[in-house]
Amino acid sequence: MAASLNLKAGALSLAILAALLLAWHFAVGGGGTGVEGLDPEYAALMGAQVTEGASAMPGPLDLFETLTGHLSDPFYDRGPNSKGIGLQLAYSLGRVLLGFSLAFLVAVPLGFAIGMSPLLSRALNPFIQIMKPVSPLAWMPLALYTIQDSATSAIFVIFICSIWPMLVNTAFGVANVRKEWLNVARTLEISSLKRAFTVILPAAAPTIVTGMRISIGIAWLVIVAAEMLVGGTGIGYFVWNEWNNLSIVNVIVAILAIGTIGMILDQLLAGAARLVTFPE
Amino acid sequence: MGLFDNPFQAATRLSACSCGRHASQGEHERALRLEATAVASQEEARITRVVENGLMRALFPQDRSRRAFLKAVGASTAAAALAQFLPVGMISEVLAQGTGPLEKTDLNVGFIPITCSTPIIMAHPMGFYERQGLNVSVVKTAGWAVIRDMTLNDEYDAAQMLVPMPLAISMGVGSSPVPMAIPAIQNVNGQAITLALKHQDRRDPKDWAGMRFAVPFDYSMHNYLLRYYLAEAGIDPDADVSIRAVPPPEMVANLRADNIDGFLAPDPMNQRAVYDGVGFIHMLSKEMWDGHPCCAFTAKAAFAREAPNTYAALLRAILEASAYASNLDNRPEIAAAIAPSEYLNQPATVVEQVLTGTYADGLGQVQRDPHRIDFTSFPWESFAVWIMTQMKRWGQVSGEIDYQRIAREVYLATDARRLMEEAGLEAPAENSRSFEVMGKTFDPADPEGYLSSFAIRRS
Repeated sequence: MAASLNLKAGALSLAILAALLLAWHFAVGGGGTGVEGLDPEYAALMGAQVTEGASAMPGPLDLFETLTGHLSDPFYDRGPNSKGIGLQLAYSLGRVLLGFSLAFLVAVPLGFAIGMSPLLSRALNPFIQIMKPVSPLAWMPLALYTIQDSATSAIFVIFICSIWPMLVNTAFGVANVRKEWLNVARTLEISSLKRAFTVILPAAAPTIVTGMRISIGIAWLVIVAAEMLVGGTGIGYFVWNEWNNLSIVNVIVAILAIGTIGMILDQLLAGAARLVTFPE
Repeated sequence: MGLFDNPFQAATRLSACSCGRHASQGEHERALRLEATAVASQEEARITRVVENGLMRALFPQDRSRRAFLKAVGASTAAAALAQFLPVGMISEVLAQGTGPLEKTDLNVGFIPITCSTPIIMAHPMGFYERQGLNVSVVKTAGWAVIRDMTLNDEYDAAQMLVPMPLAISMGVGSSPVPMAIPAIQNVNGQAITLALKHQDRRDPKDWAGMRFAVPFDYSMHNYLLRYYLAEAGIDPDADVSIRAVPPPEMVANLRADNIDGFLAPDPMNQRAVYDGVGFIHMLSKEMWDGHPCCAFTAKAAFAREAPNTYAALLRAILEASAYASNLDNRPEIAAAIAPSEYLNQPATVVEQVLTGTYADGLGQVQRDPHRIDFTSFPWESFAVWIMTQMKRWGQVSGEIDYQRIAREVYLATDARRLMEEAGLEAPAENSRSFEVMGKTFDPADPEGYLSSFAIRRS
């Protein structure tokens, strides 16, 4: 039964995709005849939108062509300003993972401390509440000004935006470990370090991983915007560079690539969440 | 060409190189290299000639005796004899390479992908930096504010800036004050007013009240020229129209979306708007002020002080690139070299129309103006004085300004002259000169008088 439902859902997805592509194809390809009687010398200087009446919006066939072009050589490297899309994604991914790992190293221990100590929780709460809603990109000028290095600034922005969901979720998870379990641990008279690792951590793990999942999603959202600002390398720079060329088809390629990588990152952490969750 | 490209489609490029004239990228690069070596050997020949000239003059102060000597032994024997006595080759090499060892050879130079950056960019594929012993990375940058920050943060050793920016930074307007230097102008002219196609019957600026315009940056010649042009037509640029700062590629998109009515922008965006069929070129900025500066090659003053030999070598590369780019014969080839994705990332025909000056105006005509953009590099101090009058005119700065001192400190005309002469290029004799803007003569000795002669002004 489940298998046939999956099959049906898959077929429906494909049908929707086909319908969307067809609608897109006909929406942009509508009757381009070009301008009649154009001076040939003048026409040679103009783009296809004027001479052939082509739409400014690319169609799905253009997209397919560009996509295969990028995928046939994703890792080329022609100097600092021209790299393949695979290489650009790798740069962005590297930044995200670095900033995210740093945030993990800070947020989980700190979250643990906040969750265990009501005093610390109350003392730090105002800071967290003020910092949490700040748009990550608002940090960018400050980071550039103080760190004075664009690559480190981008990583800092990832760090500062990934830290809050992990911190808050860890604190929440730790603070809400069932009282019965803690009481059992107390009656068994185990040391507080052992209690943290054998009772609290496993109990809070699902919440912590959920925080990580939210964080990496935000980090991947932010890196594109940050790279558009500072330029250099990365998928955000790729988008900016193609926007500079007014090449909409390449921007769509980038959107697809960003979406795919974002989905993979999310699925990886969803898998991790399944690993640490246990039935009660 | 990709595996799946359709060879029967007109838009498909079958040749695999970035300019489309060669069969492969490798062949394209070989052709460029060949060209660069040819330029290099010309340059060496010029310097050798200068040295030989000096030697012959020293040996034979009187032309009569030189002629007699040459007649007696023959020109080739004379040259061989001279070469024996003095290592001519070595002297010219020293002159070409600079006097001291380079303090730093790996440099980052920032640029914005517009045709104004031509000398900075083309010096890279054409090997001008290499010949000065420099390993320069030219780094494409996302915007003027970023280029300012990267330069102030020392991530860039030097960068392309709009000519008013180093003045603004030095004066501490719109950033913290850091002494900057403009040792060379990148380009003159090279801007235009582009309007949306629906305004093609509304060409008189007197009728432009209520229109929405875009310029790339507040401290830019684009902003000052557009304001000047509107004010001359009796339109107050602050009260009667709206002028906003918009990144150039967004200008074209906004023009298409009918979000703005026009813009005064750097090329190739004007030509791109025409190419895409969304606008027409109302006028080139050179029609307001022929020879106005646009972008500058800029470094922190500290860089020039701390690494004088590197700075001189870098500047020599830029000056030579400017001289090479100012030759109209070289323009089509430069256009092919800078159009690919790592530099301007524009269709080659758009870049070529800007550089050669044979362009479609968007109204069905082909216009010809070979000086649509030019690459003369001398940083006249009077340019700086004019810019400061406009900064004050529109209220960006207020109070007393020591025009001449700031101009002298930021626009390094004297340095440029020395290096240009060393490189065998022609340089003007004085640091300041007067010029005309829309028919009105500007006297750099009397900036306040000039300022008070305008009817529309903020201060």
